[in-house]
Amino acid sequence: MTTLPSRMKAGLAGADGRRRLDVASRCLAGIGGGYALAAVAAMFLALALPLALAMPRAEAVYTATMLSFAIHAGAIVWAFSVRARRVWPGLLVPALLLGGGTWLLHGLQQGAPS
Amino acid sequence: MKDGFRQSMAWLHTWSGLLLGWLLFAVFLTGTVAYFRQEVTAWMQPELHGSVADAGTAERAVERMGRIAPDAAQWTIALPGERTPAVSVSWRPADAKPNDRAALKRATLDAGTGEVLEPRETAGGNFLYRFHFELYGMPRETARWIIGIATMAMLVAIVSGIITHRRIFKDFFTFRPEKSPLRSWMDGHVAAAVLALPFHLMITYSGLLLFMTMLMPWAVDLAYDGNRQTYFAESGFRRAAPAPRPAPQAAPLTPVAPLLAEAERQWADRGGVGTITVTNPGRANATIELRPAAADSIGRGGGGTERLLFDGVTGRTLEVPPTDPQPGAMATGNYLMGLHLARFAGPGMRWLFFVSGVAGTVMVGSGLILWVVKRRSQRSRADNRADGPEPFGHRLADRLNIGVVAGLPLAVAAFFWANRLLPAGLEERAGWEIGVFFLAWAAALLHAPLRPSRRGWAEQLWAGAALFALLPVLNAATAAGHLGNSLPAGNWLLAGFDLTALAAGLLLGFAARKVGRNAFSRKAASAPVLPAGAVAEELT
Repeated sequence: MTTLPSRMKAGLAGADGRRRLDVASRCLAGIGGGYALAAVAAMFLALALPLALAMPRAEAVYTATMLSFAIHAGAIVWAFSVRARRVWPGLLVPALLLGGGTWLLHGLQQGAPS
Repeated sequence: MKDGFRQSMAWLHTWSGLLLGWLLFAVFLTGTVAYFRQEVTAWMQPELHGSVADAGTAERAVERMGRIAPDAAQWTIALPGERTPAVSVSWRPADAKPNDRAALKRATLDAGTGEVLEPRETAGGNFLYRFHFELYGMPRETARWIIGIATMAMLVAIVSGIITHRRIFKDFFTFRPEKSPLRSWMDGHVAAAVLALPFHLMITYSGLLLFMTMLMPWAVDLAYDGNRQTYFAESGFRRAAPAPRPAPQAAPLTPVAPLLAEAERQWADRGGVGTITVTNPGRANATIELRPAAADSIGRGGGGTERLLFDGVTGRTLEVPPTDPQPGAMATGNYLMGLHLARFAGPGMRWLFFVSGVAGTVMVGSGLILWVVKRRSQRSRADNRADGPEPFGHRLADRLNIGVVAGLPLAVAAFFWANRLLPAGLEERAGWEIGVFFLAWAAALLHAPLRPSRRGWAEQLWAGAALFALLPVLNAATAAGHLGNSLPAGNWLLAGFDLTALAAGLLLGFAARKVGRNAFSRKAASAPVLPAGAVAEELT
């Protein structure tokens, strides 16, 4: 753990370096990737909730935005709780799926004669 | 990070809490005081302490407005209550733009005589309130983003802290003072966290919601093609009142006494009338709107759901346009935000929130201290290689802890002292008070690295203790509303401030004595006794 005084890891520069890289990667994934996921999820829900639950637009936006903070916090916690190789795919795959869904819904909405 | 789930969470808890911990401490501390910002402001304006409301206060205020601002487009009169001694009035000049808040003119009236009072210039409790979400002297949006990011770090620290502490409720009942510094700090940290956990979660999440459109604009901007005003209108927020349009014909204002009597009768359990808004006074289309002192719901502010509307010339009751019921999602969010702002009257609830805020402040502060204590105990426990000087990072954190955890209360107390010691007529007086706050804080931050750790702690805690505990004395020396007068008169507005300051002084003094005993009698921090495999292993 990084809680050990740093000099106790002298001679383990390689392992130490890898560990730092791992922490940096998780931070970036959790904070940046997590925010992106939360933002895309909010956009998707804002468009999907009116269709799925016949929710008024403003309420859908509000619900989606309110939930997005929990999603972001959850993503950060998650980024620090799984194996390193699962972190990025675990965040990016749902973000891409939701992004695709958002793109479809938005396209439908724009294309639909209102 | 193959150390297992709870270790990872402990790591996350440590670092998300530490990195923004000093800022969060300041937010918690100033935000907690802000629960009483009106009371604080009242204390900071002794010129208003002689103002005592009676049955004729509202009528006198309306009558006085007719002389101060006969041609204004609108008057707003906030009547005194449990939290403010004097009448605050504001008016909108006829030529001002409808939404231009800066164009509003303000004055303070004596509740007993209706005379215009000239209180000293002060930002009052509002400074601490604003500081807790907008800091000071930087662009508003930048500051709000910084606070928003810190709030997210707080949320992550809370969630990871809960996961780390699986036996959270059992641990709550464990307090082992005197066992070892590490253990007692740990127990204190956990107690402060668990004691008010629902509050901590609510205040953190609603803090994010209060900035939700700024922090997470994507859903709004997509669904409304960037047209946020439409969103606000559709969601029932910020419904702008129609701009006053004074009619050309003059007409005298109806006597307000019967209208007030009607309102007082309806709102006997709501503290009576809180605010009076007169639109187009002295014109043929004048209206008078009354709102109760106490809000009837947490979700909507300031008695927003209930009001009485009268024709300002005939005194006839007018129909109040109904407010749409709020959809569930908005109601939930508004409820949370209403809780954050303590948007309801009861003094009991306000005190509960204040105490919870103190618990939050203690939680953050003890967490910061714990980080240092734990590393010290590890070093003293570890093998002989740990005999070197304390690593720079540990010393930095410790000195920052002193300058913030002990230094900020000191600065707040200095702010109150400046309020009474700076000359009342000083130019830019409100700015000077704030200047003293930051000077005191800067002095504390500079003092910390110059002293041995424990001495630094003890000295700053003692200074803060003295400044707080002597505030009632300062009040007695500089104003008439001191404890000798406020207590017999049952004036809890002023007595509450003095007594709370005294309690804060005693608490800081108690902490200073605890630290000081070790600082001056023992040589240095003695090695803490830790049983094998102690909590230190699990909880960072």
